[in-house]
Amino acid sequence: MSIENKNFRPKIVAFCCNWCSYAGADLAGSSRLSYPADVKVIRVPCSCRVNPMFILRAFEKGADGVIMCGCHPGDCHYSTGNYYARRRMTLLFSMLDYIGVENGRTRVEWVSAAEGVKFSDTMNSFVEKIYSLGENVRLGDLRCRS
Amino acid sequence: MSAKKKQAELIEEISGVNPLKCMKCGKCSASCPSYNEMDIKPHQFVSYVINEDVESLVNSASLWKCLSCFACVERCPRDVKPGKLIDAARQMVVRQKEQTYLSPDEIPELLDPELPQQLLVSAFRRYRR
Amino acid sequence: MQRIGVFVCHCGSNIAATVDVAKVAEMALMEPGVVHAEDYQYMCSEAGQAKIADAIHEKKLSGIVVCSCSPRMHEATFRKAAERAGLNPYMVEIANIREHCSWIHKDMEEATKKAVILMRAAVAKVNLNTPLQPGESRVTKRALIIGGGIAGIQTALDIADAGYEVDIVEKTPSIGGRMSQLDKTFPTLDCSACILTPKMVEASAHEKINIYTYSEVENVSGFVGDFTVDIRKKARSVDMDKCTGCGVCQEKCPSKKAPSEFNRGLNNRSAIYTPFAQAIPNVPVIDREACIKFKTGKCGICSKVCQAGAIDYEQKDEIITEKYGAIVVATGFDTINLEKYDEYAYSQSKDVITSLELERVMNAAGPTHGHLERLSDGKAPKEMVFIQCVGSRCADDRGKPYCSKICCMYTAKHAMLIRDKYPDVNVTVFYIDVRTPGKNFDEFYRRAVEQYGVNYIKGQVGKVIPQPNGKLLVQGSDLLDNRQILKEADMVVLATAIEPNPDVRKIATMLTASIDTNNFLTEAHAKLRPVESPTAGIFLSGVCQGPKDIPETVAQAGAAAVKAIGLLAKDKLLTNPCTAHSDELLCNGCSTCENVCPYGAITYEDKEVNDHGIREVRRLAVVNSALCQGCGACTVACPSGAMDLQGFSNRQIIAEVDAICR
Repeated sequence: MSIENKNFRPKIVAFCCNWCSYAGADLAGSSRLSYPADVKVIRVPCSCRVNPMFILRAFEKGADGVIMCGCHPGDCHYSTGNYYARRRMTLLFSMLDYIGVENGRTRVEWVSAAEGVKFSDTMNSFVEKIYSLGENVRLGDLRCRS
Repeated sequence: MSAKKKQAELIEEISGVNPLKCMKCGKCSASCPSYNEMDIKPHQFVSYVINEDVESLVNSASLWKCLSCFACVERCPRDVKPGKLIDAARQMVVRQKEQTYLSPDEIPELLDPELPQQLLVSAFRRYRR
Repeated sequence: MQRIGVFVCHCGSNIAATVDVAKVAEMALMEPGVVHAEDYQYMCSEAGQAKIADAIHEKKLSGIVVCSCSPRMHEATFRKAAERAGLNPYMVEIANIREHCSWIHKDMEEATKKAVILMRAAVAKVNLNTPLQPGESRVTKRALIIGGGIAGIQTALDIADAGYEVDIVEKTPSIGGRMSQLDKTFPTLDCSACILTPKMVEASAHEKINIYTYSEVENVSGFVGDFTVDIRKKARSVDMDKCTGCGVCQEKCPSKKAPSEFNRGLNNRSAIYTPFAQAIPNVPVIDREACIKFKTGKCGICSKVCQAGAIDYEQKDEIITEKYGAIVVATGFDTINLEKYDEYAYSQSKDVITSLELERVMNAAGPTHGHLERLSDGKAPKEMVFIQCVGSRCADDRGKPYCSKICCMYTAKHAMLIRDKYPDVNVTVFYIDVRTPGKNFDEFYRRAVEQYGVNYIKGQVGKVIPQPNGKLLVQGSDLLDNRQILKEADMVVLATAIEPNPDVRKIATMLTASIDTNNFLTEAHAKLRPVESPTAGIFLSGVCQGPKDIPETVAQAGAAAVKAIGLLAKDKLLTNPCTAHSDELLCNGCSTCENVCPYGAITYEDKEVNDHGIREVRRLAVVNSALCQGCGACTVACPSGAMDLQGFSNRQIIAEVDAICR
């Protein structure tokens, strides 16, 4: 089992909205608040741009965890985008849970542009969680694995 | 958790009231028909619960002077409803006796000619089950 | 295939200290499409930008990846540099290897690995980038103001003074709004009419301002810079050009039983009326509900007495269609209905009045000619009680959760004016908190207490009981003295909560401007864009955005005007090209995207399509790129995958995901 694999380094995709969370990630950077290098950020205009398909795709391609960050509810640059995102992700996560992808592999977090500390804390705890869950095998396309 | 805190939380649970919503406007005391009979005034119920001093509330004269007319419940602009708090305190007293209702034998000895009729009616309403 | 150049920035030692930049450049050359890769000390410097330009020319690059700091920092810089070198600016992508990599990792090997992956994701994205052109839309140099109160008048004057045409649409027969109903204004106690009427006259005389009174906005279409608005001019039954405003018709009108809106229903007016003496325009309207001629066909007295022959019973509603570049909402407020507050006996006694009604009672042109008297029997009151926060700060469904903001100050004003004019009248104010933030506001309130002896009692009133002798028994609490007070009063004044004009919901829907749960219009940003609606081209002035007093309203009106002028001053608007667009062949016309769009940018049109040889007319989603802000909500909502977002397309994001997970 992968959990015993000492060399396991997870692949983690973080979708961050341009206006709050990406700026929050930038602030974490400029404040030199470290978090593991396993996290790679993809910039999207708004959390509502994140299609559940993208998350499934990430898992299919071997990601071990996917986290989505957006503006705090009520603070969305586009007024209502994060509400849509929240609803979509709730649905997606319950479906993932149903097909056996552990709940901890996905997360939605609201990070404002001022919350560099929260961004790095969130990433640290998320990566830790993924380490504890180990490699994701459920959705991985085996043809992609070497 | 201290016993006092537990009591306060029990009051909040029974009444379903969040005392922190109170903005201290005093409309409850302004509406209360038995205000002059009470030692702890309706608007003070809230702070007694917030300050976790349910003991005093339970031992107060107000506990039995409240008519349960619910004028304060109706008019409270913040949904704090002091009448429900005192009602919950009353229920706590009854529960402390390890029973959730009055037994028929108890009623004659509790019957006080001074007691407002409305309280009796409200007691029957509450304890009939 | 793209020809991509990758430029890796050292950022001095900010990046180079933890990321092996040469390695990143070297790895870049192994990516598909990459034909050029180099690293340099400071990519954002002039020399660095020159390197990018040179490479574009020499290597005929079609796309660029800059591995540097956050795109929020220098994306615009590099896009401009690319544009100067003849490349479409939207062919530039940034890999953020500073904030997201070098600054947070210490281990060089690990950081370099991550930088390479971030570079790969950016290259994968650029491979799918397409040149984007910002659209252009023209700006109609004319503004529409909805509402002719002080907010609307001030905005109109400011815009018109800047040289632009302005139309004001006002629902009632005259401009002036709530402020015209007020007697005096706090904290200076100057007469409201004395400061308002000159502004009304100025607006009506201004050559750039056109006022439609007794008119309503019927329909709005279009978008920022190019709105088309239908305005319904309700039939006035009086020819505005012929009427001289002599007022004889109003005198002679036999139907005098209609409640006067201007005096809050405290007295009656004739069926043909101007709301108040200083009305602008000074042209009456016929209230067809109350007019005997319209009800029975007999009468016609006004027509007989009118020497100008201005009365026109045949007049019909007229629809005017006009184009505007900007729309300012200034719809103002009303006081809430007190139906649910029966404990204050407002419906039971004529002597329980709202503060706005007291304004009319105190006003010389009001129903009592300015004499403070009980409306039931006309007697002078000796005891007056003011009750604060009636319907404000309520968590239940009877009232409003917000503070109405103006009541503390106007009550202090009323109390002071009454004590000044009638020193033998006792004034008691029941308050919860006295809120007086504002220049000279607290001083004003203290004057009411210290100089004029107004009795402030902390505590709310539980109920008001009308007595058989005509007095009002007020039962309230004094929280500081811990006692219940029973007080006989002659008059009770309720500081009634204010709410946005009930029509605002209809107007907001037409404008696709968002509105909060209290019917206040939402601003684009609560702190930084307080006078703009999230919908481009819509601006907010006055209480329609939140409770405000007059100085704040005027200040906000000016701010809204500046924002509108800023828009009107432009000949053309460049639109963000990163907008949604729909694939006609995939769209099934389900309207899902239309419902999630916060900007009303998506409409449906019947269009002929050629679907692999089959020509047919289909109902298709069409995105107005001038309105679309590029959030992407529709792209995910679309069940058939027809919607996509330029600059952040499905394929691009998936390519990034793939590159990261590779």
